[in-house]
Amino acid sequence: MKIHEYQGKKLFADFGMPVQDGYVFEKLEDAESTIKKVQADFNTEDVVVKAQIHAGGRGKGGGVKYSPNFDKALENAKNILGMNLKTHQTGEGGQLVRKVYVTEAYDIAEEYYAAITLDRSKGMDVFMVSSEGGVEIEKVAAETPEKIAKVWIDPLLGMKSFQARKLAYALGLKGDAFKAAMKILMQMYHAYQSIDATIVEVNPLILTTDGRVIVLDAKVNLDDNALFRHKDIAAMRDLNEEDPNEVEAGKFNLNYIKLDGNVGCMVNGAGLAMATMDIIKLAGGEPANFLDVGGTASAETVKNGFRIILSDENVKAVLINIFGGIVRCDRVANGVVQAVTELGLKVPVVVRLEGTNAKEAQEILAKSGVDIIPAVGMKDAAQKVVNAALGN
Amino acid sequence: MSILVNKDSRIVVQGITGSEGQFHAEQMLDYGTNIVAGVTPGKGGIKTLDDRVPVFNSVEEAVEQTGANTSIIFVPPPFAAEAVIEASFAGIKVVVCITEGVPVHDMLKVKKVVDQNGTRLVGPNCPGIITVDECKLGIMPGFICKKGNIGVISKSGTLTYEAIDQLVNVGLGQTTAIGIGGDPIIGTTMKDCIELFEADPETKGIVVIGEIGGQMEIEAARWAKDNVSKPMVGFIAGQTAPPGRRMGHAGAIVSGGDDTAEAKMRILGECGIAVAESVADIGNLMKAAMEKS
Repeated sequence: MKIHEYQGKKLFADFGMPVQDGYVFEKLEDAESTIKKVQADFNTEDVVVKAQIHAGGRGKGGGVKYSPNFDKALENAKNILGMNLKTHQTGEGGQLVRKVYVTEAYDIAEEYYAAITLDRSKGMDVFMVSSEGGVEIEKVAAETPEKIAKVWIDPLLGMKSFQARKLAYALGLKGDAFKAAMKILMQMYHAYQSIDATIVEVNPLILTTDGRVIVLDAKVNLDDNALFRHKDIAAMRDLNEEDPNEVEAGKFNLNYIKLDGNVGCMVNGAGLAMATMDIIKLAGGEPANFLDVGGTASAETVKNGFRIILSDENVKAVLINIFGGIVRCDRVANGVVQAVTELGLKVPVVVRLEGTNAKEAQEILAKSGVDIIPAVGMKDAAQKVVNAALGN
Repeated sequence: MSILVNKDSRIVVQGITGSEGQFHAEQMLDYGTNIVAGVTPGKGGIKTLDDRVPVFNSVEEAVEQTGANTSIIFVPPPFAAEAVIEASFAGIKVVVCITEGVPVHDMLKVKKVVDQNGTRLVGPNCPGIITVDECKLGIMPGFICKKGNIGVISKSGTLTYEAIDQLVNVGLGQTTAIGIGGDPIIGTTMKDCIELFEADPETKGIVVIGEIGGQMEIEAARWAKDNVSKPMVGFIAGQTAPPGRRMGHAGAIVSGGDDTAEAKMRILGECGIAVAESVADIGNLMKAAMEKS
């Protein structure tokens, strides 16, 4: 799960990290009062107006504006709220800005980068810092990898001070700023651990002209599997930032991701679902979605899966590919018959059922009289569904 | 011969009185798996599954009283990590964790503990292991398998079944099939399994099924290039997966670099593995590779 910058900063602040803070507004009529409150509470004339969307690259897309005074801040706030912000992470469609964060402004002397994430191949978390903050870290990694310092953290020991020291030295800090940075890095690790994050990233972490070290941005991704022990964080979920069909699918324990193609598919198991998308492409079609119905596909899940796939108007044919293990094919077949009867499908449906009770399933489909194209094996199924999508 | 489990494995089922545990333990017994004990804290002393399996309060007790040496875990995600650690400290040698949804921070610690204790963990979030006609330590449909000499390794459950089905259709049976799971941190890697199959005299060919995300397939292929004498066939799912989106499995996400399907397929090929472009070709490619060897 992703959260907004202002939410990430709130979590960071809970762990003692000094963050650039402010207030959020969602309605235009609240813009004025929010800016004034930030100016008063943080004792500042200049502020920063920041679009709150989950995608990165907001600054480049025009979603973050330094504002030297109230009038400029109000103008920026009006422009940013409701804008369709396009960044390299939102794709062409962009993302509607529904929340704007007005924060205090700092005079920046240096910008750094700091992030913690999982290193899968080492089986440890890796803490990375760089003296080159404020820019895309991918670029630093590609062009000047020597400017990124890393430490790997033993999961049983946690981060040790010698590791934080190494990172703070790598930033070239001295004196009080060095001590402050070390403390922030330790707090950042503590936060990462405690909230079950999969990524925490601060870009930039700044040194102010008066020698303070401040967190200027916060990117926090959480482990969905651990949300059961963080009810407060789970409540931060912003459904507006997610695809409505994916949200709807989630309610029925379906794992759905919308793609741009013309062939819908419904499969049990993530690996088989990906392989099904791939073979549709090889057969000359384009997959319209990823949909894993999971290990307990019932008539009800099949029906809801159909409904969600068909809400995408690009879909010209649907392939159902089930390899029954625990899932019984006869139950899936009943679901297909029920769905086709109730929803009155307007596109061709190809069905391939294999594994537990596959024979019974084929009999159910044959007897039902519903208009379904049976297939044997994945190659046959892919070819048939692509032909159907093309109208052949 | 086979790898990891066989008819002599003495199985303890952790979480045996839960609905998942009950259902799958019964299926495993029906397959002929040698289940000697179950564990559910607080239910020690009863017998379950028509009085066939004694239940204990702890894995330690189950080991002491029944000589259990292998475990399978069906406990809910919040308790799964601790169940693995309990098994490991009780001296269990092979632990299969079926549970889906174990937090990754928990798994980091678990992985460290099982490595230190010398416990072989398979999973979590996996279908388990089956040594054909001897031991089903998992949730896969046993009837699709046929005894033979191909070893199967996969990150995905149903894709494993698909591969087994294709192998059977071209007349190739299996020694052991193992689902290692699709999470970012798992106990046994693809390379570990290849190493075990290479050392198993009964296994004559190896199928590896990977997917987008992580470096595991690449590490395995590079190791296999210098160390494996047996013919290998590989498949990578997710050629059409968009970057940055998690495709079901927590680990199946393209995050840049060598973790795309395309890159993995290329490297597998460079390492001498016959790569199936289409999932439908796995069986035929293995057959061709076996005929050549």
